[in-house]
Amino acid sequence: MLALLLCVLPTGLNAAPVTVSVADPYLELHTGPGRGYPITHVVARGEEVSVLKRRTDWFKIRDDRGREGWAHRDQMATTLTPAGTALAINDPSREQFGEHQREVGVLAGDLEGANVLTAYGSYAFNPHLAAELRLSHLLGNSSDGTIAALGLTHVFRPDWRVQPFVSIGTGMIHIQPKATLVQTPDRTDQLAYVGAGIKAYLSRRFIFRAEYNKYVVFTDRDDNEEANEWKLGFAFFF
Amino acid sequence: METRIRIFLLSGLLALSGCATTRGAEPASGSATTGSGVDSSSVITPQVERREVRVADIDTENWEAGAYIGSLSVEDFEVNVVYGARLAYHISEDFFAEALYGMSDAGISSYERLSGSAPLLTDSEREFRYYSLGFGWNVLPGEVFLGGTRAYNSAVYLTAGAGSTRFAGDDRFTVTLGAGARVLVKDWLAAHLDIRDHILEVDVVGKSKQTHNFEATVSLTAFF
Repeated sequence: MLALLLCVLPTGLNAAPVTVSVADPYLELHTGPGRGYPITHVVARGEEVSVLKRRTDWFKIRDDRGREGWAHRDQMATTLTPAGTALAINDPSREQFGEHQREVGVLAGDLEGANVLTAYGSYAFNPHLAAELRLSHLLGNSSDGTIAALGLTHVFRPDWRVQPFVSIGTGMIHIQPKATLVQTPDRTDQLAYVGAGIKAYLSRRFIFRAEYNKYVVFTDRDDNEEANEWKLGFAFFF
Repeated sequence: METRIRIFLLSGLLALSGCATTRGAEPASGSATTGSGVDSSSVITPQVERREVRVADIDTENWEAGAYIGSLSVEDFEVNVVYGARLAYHISEDFFAEALYGMSDAGISSYERLSGSAPLLTDSEREFRYYSLGFGWNVLPGEVFLGGTRAYNSAVYLTAGAGSTRFAGDDRFTVTLGAGARVLVKDWLAAHLDIRDHILEVDVVGKSKQTHNFEATVSLTAFF
């Protein structure tokens, strides 16, 4: 999970702060990065400010008199760079939802009566097809387990806000019976899955995801086992 | 309704006629330029200076990572020291996603102490390890005032998450509910005080029962 998160961390910090000039009648400076924090200073039109950092929708800025404060994204979007262009704030948007390459998320749900928690990461080769790595933790009444699986997902309409998809893949399942039960050995088997679901764009880089998977576990006994899984969760794309 | 349809039809007609006129005009203008022998592009050479629009390289600080220490009451198994790590991503000024990993060692139950019987759990089974993935909501953003000249930004938040706890030899599905307060000592450094309840089913005494394991921790986190 940490590894998944670390791979999406922003890289590269700037050395010199970005300088912009105020184009609105004035720029309001709050004491903190939130609408509830009071406005203590205003910077008049035409004055230059340096942008120190950004947290969520708020930019920390310093004016030429050394006063610092937090300005909202909507006001910052109207400021001008030394080149005379509007400050380009490249936030992820609905348009980028269909074209994103990397996606990381967590899902929770039910697999044949057991609770299942899944973390996944995917990489898209094109807007339709992506490779996906899933790690699941199963927490049942009589046994626990883990599933690691690699598969492909296919999105039918990447231009839609709610995107239906199908998936197929294979992996390994490790089942560990509960310690309080009669000791039965742990089992590790190969499995394959097919699934279908939807990804819905929420806002910025956030996605709601719901899916159904059907697993076939290739046991070394006479019969293979089948399992149904439902889960819901959230993901973000990069 | 009828007027709308009429406007629609009329605009359609206009669009069609527009297409027809431009089509008709094209060959005529083409023949005119070849006829006069003057290339229209050389008459006015556009002097467009292309500006390169670059996304400003502003340092974003939406991630928060840190460590915590405190005490955890493992139901029936005493109160013990807990320590852990926390990673959060601030989605907006109101919401954040967080991941927790904590470790503690459960003590001896009253039953074991009073009855003097064999211990219910081995030492390794007394290890209490949990992870939780969830969301938080900054309910009360505000400021903390120290003396007359200092003010620190703060927030009181509520959290909810799901995860797993390894205790008594098994992984157990866990729901974690909590509330906390964060004070920003510096722009990038925050001190937290958190109360959490880890709700899980434990079957150590034969019958499975729901347990509430309360935890109070203090932590330091850095924004990056």
